[in-house]
Amino acid sequence: MTAQSLDISLTVNGDAVSDRVEARKTLVDFLREDLALTGSHVGCEHGVCGACTVRVDGEIVRGCLMLAVQCDGATVQTIEGLSDSGELADLQAAFEQRNALQCGYCTPGMLAAAQDLLRKGGVPSRDAIREHISGNYCRCTGYHAIVDAIEAVAQERTKVRAGDKP
Amino acid sequence: MKPAPFAYAKARSLDEAIALLGEHKDARLLAGGQSLIATLNMRLSSPSLLIDINGVGGCDGIALKAGMVEIGALTRHAAAERSETVARHAPLIAKAMPHIGHVAIRNRGTIGGSIAFADPAAELPACLLALGGEVEALGPKGKRTIKADDLFKGLFETALGPQDVLTAIRVPAADKNARYGFAEFARRHGDYAIVGLAAGARAEGKALTDVRLAFFGVGATPLRAKKSEAALAKGDVEAAVAALDVEPQDDVQATGAVKKHLAGVLLRRVARQLMEPRA
Repeated sequence: MTAQSLDISLTVNGDAVSDRVEARKTLVDFLREDLALTGSHVGCEHGVCGACTVRVDGEIVRGCLMLAVQCDGATVQTIEGLSDSGELADLQAAFEQRNALQCGYCTPGMLAAAQDLLRKGGVPSRDAIREHISGNYCRCTGYHAIVDAIEAVAQERTKVRAGDKP
Repeated sequence: MKPAPFAYAKARSLDEAIALLGEHKDARLLAGGQSLIATLNMRLSSPSLLIDINGVGGCDGIALKAGMVEIGALTRHAAAERSETVARHAPLIAKAMPHIGHVAIRNRGTIGGSIAFADPAAELPACLLALGGEVEALGPKGKRTIKADDLFKGLFETALGPQDVLTAIRVPAADKNARYGFAEFARRHGDYAIVGLAAGARAEGKALTDVRLAFFGVGATPLRAKKSEAALAKGDVEAAVAALDVEPQDDVQATGAVKKHLAGVLLRRVARQLMEPRA
């Protein structure tokens, strides 16, 4: 069976979604144009800039390098979902406090990439932070403030976790 | 840009994928898609059909078999990066892995896709060549094995036939005398290399034998520098640099002369890694 358009069913930010999509539509275009989830941004469209970074089945991916039809049955989380769940609240606050964004175009992807590193726990070195966000371009900040924000949140979360222990 | 229209089929088995390749002459296989979808978006490629092989099953294992590490073609880079077996028995691949794209790319990209795409500036084809590995391909006439030395034919061109599906790669498992080296220059961590070098050798006392230097980003395919290999086997690093038999062309990243200079710098660094006993 080959087809130009296909029916897909997936979960996006906790909601069940069913739709008919063109085979050629990328995941990020589907999210933006069909579901009006415009938090994921389209930058370079060839996997270099990272502005379209979203989570599929728990792992971050490039929304421009995956087709919507490949997400049939998948669980997708966008910046809207990650934000609403509160999972990123401290990271978002730290980005704001430290001026880790100016125009904001890279920020949704940057937050998704940063949270992917922080979820592993511990306080990564500044080099490890830089390496982990190397796939996300920011043309405003020069990255220092972003690294500061991610490092500060890692330290804060580690402190909170240590404090939780009896 | 957006891709030109194409049809999509999700293959349930490798045989189905091979049959579809026979029916549609300009179809492309979709594995991780991290190179393919970028070329579709840029309209550098406009196949009539994409055959998605992600659901075929049985092609994503990593195992130690008869002295070889076998990695299924659909193994994601991220899975190989986390693999204990790869770290212990194929350390060159483990070393190269963090240089391949970025986390979000490695979560989708596949080992087989990277080899079959044969980008001349990519890390894995050079690793396969440096290790003297091989690939397994399945086609209409059945299975066959292709040695790395016979695999890379030209720019993005391999010995795989139009109906062949690469199903696994195999590299000799490391033993105590095996030595490896890896280094590359890239504009940004994770980008394609300006120049890179993957190397394997065997230690015999203080000397090296079976030196295999596979440069990438210096030609249409990953290339072995055989004169430098011979010089390095004699223990003379500077003679190996002087003998460098690669002639890179100018490209968007650097001139041929700069690339050649950088190849020499990498050769000195990698030679040092090859001469150090493994921990």
